[in-house]
Amino acid sequence: MSKISRRRLIITGLVAAAGVSGLGVAAKLAERYGLIPPDAGVLYGAGETLTYAAQRILTRHSLAREFSPRDISKAPFANEVIPPLSEEFHRMQRGGFADWRLTVDGMVTRPASLSLPELKSFPSRTQVTLIACEEGWSYIAEWTGVPLSHILDLVGGLPQARYVVYRSIQPDWWDSIDMADALHPQTLVTLSMNGGELPVPFGGPVRLRVPRQLGYKSIKYITRLTLTDNLRQFGKGLGSGIGGTESGYAWYAGI
Amino acid sequence: MRATLPTPELERTRHSTVVRVTHWLTVLSFLALLVSGVEILISHPRFYWGETGNVNTPALFILPIPSSRDMVPTGYGYVLPDQNGWSRYLHFEAAWVLVFTGFLYVSSGFLKGHFRKNLFLALFDLSPKKLAADIARHLRFRRPIEEEAWSYNPLQRLTYLLVVFVLFPLAIWTGLAMSPAIESAFPAAVIFLGGRQSARTIHFFVTVILVLFLFVHVLMICLAGFRSRMGAMISGRLTKPMEGA
Repeated sequence: MSKISRRRLIITGLVAAAGVSGLGVAAKLAERYGLIPPDAGVLYGAGETLTYAAQRILTRHSLAREFSPRDISKAPFANEVIPPLSEEFHRMQRGGFADWRLTVDGMVTRPASLSLPELKSFPSRTQVTLIACEEGWSYIAEWTGVPLSHILDLVGGLPQARYVVYRSIQPDWWDSIDMADALHPQTLVTLSMNGGELPVPFGGPVRLRVPRQLGYKSIKYITRLTLTDNLRQFGKGLGSGIGGTESGYAWYAGI
Repeated sequence: MRATLPTPELERTRHSTVVRVTHWLTVLSFLALLVSGVEILISHPRFYWGETGNVNTPALFILPIPSSRDMVPTGYGYVLPDQNGWSRYLHFEAAWVLVFTGFLYVSSGFLKGHFRKNLFLALFDLSPKKLAADIARHLRFRRPIEEEAWSYNPLQRLTYLLVVFVLFPLAIWTGLAMSPAIESAFPAAVIFLGGRQSARTIHFFVTVILVLFLFVHVLMICLAGFRSRMGAMISGRLTKPMEGA
């Protein structure tokens, strides 16, 4: 072995070792600061992790744009569900949603089951924001609801909780967000739209609106919120059900 | 200081390692972005201007292609399969590769003088007469003169500058402007473009221009001598400069 090639070998080895340990340290730091998404292990997980980590660093406290009431779309698009709404939903609808409950459980000190009148008695927030579908279309509406952070305060969310899992009355419709979005002031348990009741095609009676992510994270017909520190116990462990990661879509939809 | 000796013809390097590696990484990521981008596009082949637009609002223009969503009226009697899940994953992963590659290429291009020597135009190159002659020569499909095998002609320089410093940055900007999270952190980046739907429409047109560039670029490689030019971009050496050069 010549001198040059030995020197080269040593340098290459050192650089590779530094690279590998650097990546290891970066992964540890990312894990510690919550920058690894639950679907990091899928085929395109590397790009997904970069996107989520970069956007979390840039947007932890940023507010979604709020528009003026003049900007509200005259022709919003509901994108109604392909499978028909469940029989249970229709039964509740016939009863004017008097039986509708929003259950809050998991890592909380005071689990709760909230009726619509109770939800409407809580402090509310009204905001005119844009909702954009991953397909490309968008509309602007005025949404009114209870900030999710208020409900989490009410039930005494534990500091160890890292995600809020939210479930729809529709079977297999569920998704989750991290605490940066769950505690964000614009994340609303939405009860009305454009000054009236939230219409059923737009997710009434209860829709979770997450305005800093694409429309598919704003799940309609919400009945249950669960605080957790680990998403592995939900479905396939990828953070969202049908419509999300379990049908191949990214868990994080800030882009 | 060592005296610089004229390099023997056979050992002259046509393209530096950084230029070659970043060129092929760009090819890979651009093709991945294109395929996944077309898949995303067919879920809503309608374009709008401003902030909002959907099937209930008039479109700026509509591409006459079938769609992968049944609520988009296309005039076709069938709906294509939904491929947006992996397409979106791949689109953003390829975008990261493109951004890292672009950063490496641009910083090395400035530091090592590649832009100064090969891309920025010398003053005499900018004369309208010279440029007009160059355009006429291209339109007649004349093969390039031998000296051009070692650098770029003025029209080529202008085109590459447009691709590197205008089209790719604009594609990245308009792409990021469609991210609701990025919009919350940098609202001005969306407002300046005229809104979310305007950003999407510009993103589409930038892609069309880049695809046109790709076609003309490959055509020019074929005209100038496919084997020698490909060899130069792969190995870095221009082995037979006279072959079609």
